[in-house]
Amino acid sequence: MSVKIAIRGVAKSFNGNVVLDGADLDIETGESIAVIGQSGTGKSVLIKCVLGLLQPDRGSILIDGEEMVGAGSRTVERLRGKFGMLFQGGALFDSLPVWRNVTFGLTQGRLINPARMRALAEENLERVGLGRDILDLRPSELSGGMQKRVSLARAVAPRPEIILFDEPTTGLDPIRADVINDLIVSLVEDLGITALTITHDMASARKIAHRVAMLYGGRIIWHGPRDRLYATGNPYVDQFVQGRAEGPIR
Amino acid sequence: MSGTAAVALHAFCPLSARMAMSSGAEAPIRFFAAIGAAAIAVFATIGRVTLFAWQAIVRAFIPPYYPLRMFEQLLHIGWYSLPVVGLTAIFTGAALAQQIYVGGSRLSAQSAVPAIVVIGIVRELGPVLVGLMVAGRVSSAMAAEIGTMRVTEQLDALATLRTDPFRFLIAPRLFAAVIALPILVLIANVIGVLGGYLLAVYKLGFNAVSYLETSRRVLEPDDLQMSLVKAAVFGFFIALMGCYHGFRSSGGAAGVGKATTNAVVSAFVLILLSNLLITIAAFG
Repeated sequence: MSVKIAIRGVAKSFNGNVVLDGADLDIETGESIAVIGQSGTGKSVLIKCVLGLLQPDRGSILIDGEEMVGAGSRTVERLRGKFGMLFQGGALFDSLPVWRNVTFGLTQGRLINPARMRALAEENLERVGLGRDILDLRPSELSGGMQKRVSLARAVAPRPEIILFDEPTTGLDPIRADVINDLIVSLVEDLGITALTITHDMASARKIAHRVAMLYGGRIIWHGPRDRLYATGNPYVDQFVQGRAEGPIR
Repeated sequence: MSGTAAVALHAFCPLSARMAMSSGAEAPIRFFAAIGAAAIAVFATIGRVTLFAWQAIVRAFIPPYYPLRMFEQLLHIGWYSLPVVGLTAIFTGAALAQQIYVGGSRLSAQSAVPAIVVIGIVRELGPVLVGLMVAGRVSSAMAAEIGTMRVTEQLDALATLRTDPFRFLIAPRLFAAVIALPILVLIANVIGVLGGYLLAVYKLGFNAVSYLETSRRVLEPDDLQMSLVKAAVFGFFIALMGCYHGFRSSGGAAGVGKATTNAVVSAFVLILLSNLLITIAAFG
């Protein structure tokens, strides 16, 4: 299996505060991997570096063998075309109705062929378990769980090769979180998408990922199959997955 | 300190650090250092704003284009500002006529009311008052909207959906403001002169026909040209400040609030400063 995303020695600091300090991770095509770690350990920074939204101070990020770090704006834009992203808060556009949010990646925000786009939006909403009755609603009229699902529909509508999930279950009750987890699993399986999820929800990580990696101190300190998550032999991972206050992580 | 060490310190340490390390770092030097730091900060800000405006203008000519977004902004900036602009203009025109009448009577120059009202409104008060009113209404709204998009990751979402925020958000606002402000100022000029006319005719006893005839005769094309140039420049600054401060906001709701305040204050300052510079440039 070929490597879809290769993260090599990525470092990033903000005003002298080191967030990433040589993170390494390979993600194979069609693989779903979850990066776990405490809040503030740089998981979101890592995902933003992969997308080219942040420039690492050093290191390399290869997407299908093409370098993202330091690439020109045209290359970055072309490589971003391979990605879909589910943001933690949904990040739906308040000023647009649901159907235009869902098809935004296809139209780049222009009002093109509304009838066709509405049909496409309906099709993608159906995929995440939502009906046509919300097509004309504004994001503010939806519940948190529905916003997450609309955001998921928006992320998959352009049929990306890679999808990034930023804390997909944060802020949801356990039942709705499980609905989102099931949706992510089915989307990744059905569409054959490579997935990178960052989360600190262990149930979510175990359900949606083939492989789990732990970020600590700016580096990936462990990675392995999800079945080994509770038997890694790594004291940092053990403390984190068991949610213990005592241990090497302070 | 040895000579070599002093050279190394001078070459590699920032000024503030060198001064702190130097035994001769006294109050006067700190004072000048503070002035220098403030000057550098001002030039850095001017550089960032100029780059921001340049990016917005250049990228506006690269497809995809967003004419519908510009039309929406034209409505928002122009149409919805009409009530506040109209009220400001009519009250100011009437008050101006009354003031000039009272002041003019001390020199037996009451007849100058129509001429001074029309020139004062068209050259100065029309563009400046419209600029300030629209800045208060529009700059703050732009900064709040774009700032909220920043802190809720909507700007990042735009980028991941291969949509350039400069083309989608900034350029339509800049161009709409540059188009809308001259139209608003034209309307405000007419309403302002009308305010002066109504007060002069119905309260001060001026002849209606001669008032209008004097206003028409005194007004020259250059006056109108200056009015419209000022309006376009003010429109540019209003949108630029709203977008710039919104785009750079951070730190949640407090950050958005700060961006909104900064947008309005900086738009006000730029309007008043550019008004002075344009006026001086026009009259040598």
